[in-house]
Amino acid sequence: MDGTLAIAANNLTSPIILFFILGVGAAFARSDLSIPEAIAKGLSIYLLFAIGFKGGVSVADHGVDTTLVLSLLAGMVLSFLLPVLAYTLLRGMTRLSVIDAAAVAGHYGSISIVTFVAATSVATSAGFNPEGYMVAVAAVMEAPAILSALWIVARFGKQSADMEDGLIREILLNGSIVLLVGAFVIGWITGDEGMQMIAPFIQGPFQGVLCLFLLDMGLIAGRGLREARSVLTPGLFAFGVIMPLLGASFGLGTGLLLGLSPGGVLLFMTLAASASYIAVPAAMRVALPEANPSVYLTLSLGITFPFNLTLGIPIYLAVATALTGG
Amino acid sequence: MQTHKAKRVDIIIEAVMEKRLTAALHSAEVTGYTVLPVLAGSGRSGQWTREGEIGRAGGMVNVSCIVRPERVDPLLDAAFAVVERHIGVVSVVDCEVLRAERF
Repeated sequence: MDGTLAIAANNLTSPIILFFILGVGAAFARSDLSIPEAIAKGLSIYLLFAIGFKGGVSVADHGVDTTLVLSLLAGMVLSFLLPVLAYTLLRGMTRLSVIDAAAVAGHYGSISIVTFVAATSVATSAGFNPEGYMVAVAAVMEAPAILSALWIVARFGKQSADMEDGLIREILLNGSIVLLVGAFVIGWITGDEGMQMIAPFIQGPFQGVLCLFLLDMGLIAGRGLREARSVLTPGLFAFGVIMPLLGASFGLGTGLLLGLSPGGVLLFMTLAASASYIAVPAAMRVALPEANPSVYLTLSLGITFPFNLTLGIPIYLAVATALTGG
Repeated sequence: MQTHKAKRVDIIIEAVMEKRLTAALHSAEVTGYTVLPVLAGSGRSGQWTREGEIGRAGGMVNVSCIVRPERVDPLLDAAFAVVERHIGVVSVVDCEVLRAERF
């Protein structure tokens, strides 16, 4: 218990979390602090590039094994199934319509890459060396949940989703996925030699860039919460906290079954616990325009993201450490 | 200066729908349009602002087209098929242009 508290305290006083809290506080205080849109996009490109490349280099070092393939498959299956659990919970705990509940559920089967990056940073700080291919697992978990959400609407709703041909292509070729997977493959091909060439760029500034990005995320989450407080019912708020814990339990079971390292289990838990706020909202606006965006954005960005960042990741780390003997 | 009557159609629509809208305009043989960023606004779906957008899910764009009066109906038919279920505003105003052969 003391260990868990120490991990939680260390996490809460790390620069990345404090900058996030600064952003949330500034938004609530109605400060005019903002990160220009183009700079925020540049920061996210840097983070995706760095995390993808490092993951690829790690796979080049450790080689490909069946666990990698099984992890990818397990990630895909989780992403398909978690929305069904989320939908069932939402219909039981809240008064959301089928369409709103399905749209929210889709977000909870997909992942938040920033939460993944933060968990990777926490794992590394705790002395763990997670499997590099978890980056690829993150990439494959982005899209299946969207299909699940649309299936839920087709199965339980009175209308069908607008599943046009171009949507699947847009989801799969989403810029974040292309960059993450592309950097992963390049890191895999070039290995340590490639890493030595660009290490000063992707290792040294990484934590500082992450701090700035999380400051921006804090501002966005704080403003979203401030403007959408009316949307948040007690049931929705509870869902935003319970669902990541349930998702993390599935991630934990999967990670343990696959025999991943403590860091790998932590990342699987984090991926299953996190909710998308970039790829899935855009897909939902196209496929389910009747769904209320303020519900799913407020939940994923305003509740689940801060929860995972501040309390969730330390809990997942403590559980992963305890159950893997790490 | 000689001017010619025309119609300006402004379509404010979610950014994720921009390519679908412009494709529909092309299919209606409307090849001249301008896409403008929109900073912020408020409507039936609540307030929104471009500041703090991390994806294109919440942002809006303004697609502006100037056409000859007789081409407005085909344009609106094509645009409405795309915007019907989505957040947005479609407006048509009279305007005048200098070079009619360009529209």
